[in-house]
Amino acid sequence: MAINWFKYSSPATFYPLAGRLAVWFGIASVLLLVVGLYMSFFVAPTDYKQGEGYRIIYIHVPAAWMSMFIYFVMACWAAAGIIWRTRLSSMMALALAPTGAMFTFIALWTGSLWGKPMWGTWWVWDARIVSELILLFLFIGFMALNSAIDDARRAARASGVLAIVGIINLPIIYYSVQWWNTLHQGATIKFSTQGVQSEMSEIMLYSMLVMTFACWFYTIAVVMTRVRRIILEREGNSTWVKEMLQEER
Amino acid sequence: MFGALKTVILRDLTLAMRHRSDVLTTLFFFIIVVSLFPLGVGPEPEQLRAMAAGVVWVAALLATMLSLGRLFSDDYADGTLEQLVLAPQPLSLIVLGKVIAHWMVAGLPLVIMAPLLGLQFGLSGDALIALMISLLLGTPALSLIGAIGAGLTLGVRGGGVLVSILVLPLYIPVLIFGAGAVESVSAGMGAEGHFALMGAILIMALLLAPWGAAAALRISVE
Repeated sequence: MAINWFKYSSPATFYPLAGRLAVWFGIASVLLLVVGLYMSFFVAPTDYKQGEGYRIIYIHVPAAWMSMFIYFVMACWAAAGIIWRTRLSSMMALALAPTGAMFTFIALWTGSLWGKPMWGTWWVWDARIVSELILLFLFIGFMALNSAIDDARRAARASGVLAIVGIINLPIIYYSVQWWNTLHQGATIKFSTQGVQSEMSEIMLYSMLVMTFACWFYTIAVVMTRVRRIILEREGNSTWVKEMLQEER
Repeated sequence: MFGALKTVILRDLTLAMRHRSDVLTTLFFFIIVVSLFPLGVGPEPEQLRAMAAGVVWVAALLATMLSLGRLFSDDYADGTLEQLVLAPQPLSLIVLGKVIAHWMVAGLPLVIMAPLLGLQFGLSGDALIALMISLLLGTPALSLIGAIGAGLTLGVRGGGVLVSILVLPLYIPVLIFGAGAVESVSAGMGAEGHFALMGAILIMALLLAPWGAAAALRISVE
């Protein structure tokens, strides 16, 4: 049986699927969040060096990971939108941007809260922090350019070019702790040919992974909800939207 | 093909020379911004020397960004840009020509003026040379990266403010290494590492930015 990969590239067929995905991923994210928070506050042991304060890692690291990952996914959708001129791709890119900006902000904010007790300062001009700040500006620039252009198609393509140009920042963030001698600590979890190596205790690692998946599923749920709104806004005049609204009434 | 490049450069330079005040405005903006800092933070020579590189570099960034508006907007307004897009020569090459002309008009005067401003801040001879070399390597990269932003914001509401949000974050690496080069010379270390990285940024920008700016122009013009 041949699978029609492009079936869901049409907003009309994607709309109901997005609704179902939003519900399921929303539920999964709440469950994972409850488990993850319990693990990170009560199960994971106290750090021998940083005491209880280290527990902010369970939101800081997942948020930082998500900020970079969302930018990457956003740039991929934007590129797909430019290459194949599919409407849905650019809508997905637009829907991802606010959540990405939010996680970038959370990563910076929790980093600042963590930095005060550990480093004695709210903020340092260190390579990783500055490059993460640039990422926030890139998200904001993407949204600003999108809203400044009235024609939706032109806005999508123009901001898509910006998203692709900005992807150069991602390797800079990722390798900043290796390239520069920074105050921000190096990577604790390393991916290599020998598999995943971690310097954390296993229970800490698992708590962090659960929290990461909670953030990830939250992102999917929120983005699906947001893309449904964007579809309705853009396709408001099309027949299928009118028919659907008639049925619901 | 390089005939087209030469023609575009000469055309843009001729146009710029016919509106000489535009060129001088950017330069004077640069000088005024740099001159404001000693008035704002006080005239202690030690403090001024420490911040000279950063101040000159930030002013160069702002001056380049302000001049970006002129890169395509006149051609866009009178329809020349559409003809350039339709021309048989590759658009990225034409964009490269326009960027080179833009740099000669907006960037090169900054490079020439910078040592004088550095002198006012009490920089040493070696640091002045490092400042010039870093600007010489950095300002072309600024023009190239800025061309993408200028192309994207053509004919957009509030384009002038928007271009700063789009372009300034991408300028940060150039700023860090440019100002860092001067500071490491002032501190008695060589600046070769910084210059090498700036050269790498310039080469990457030369390779990719004309292409990106051409894509941006196609979107804006269609």
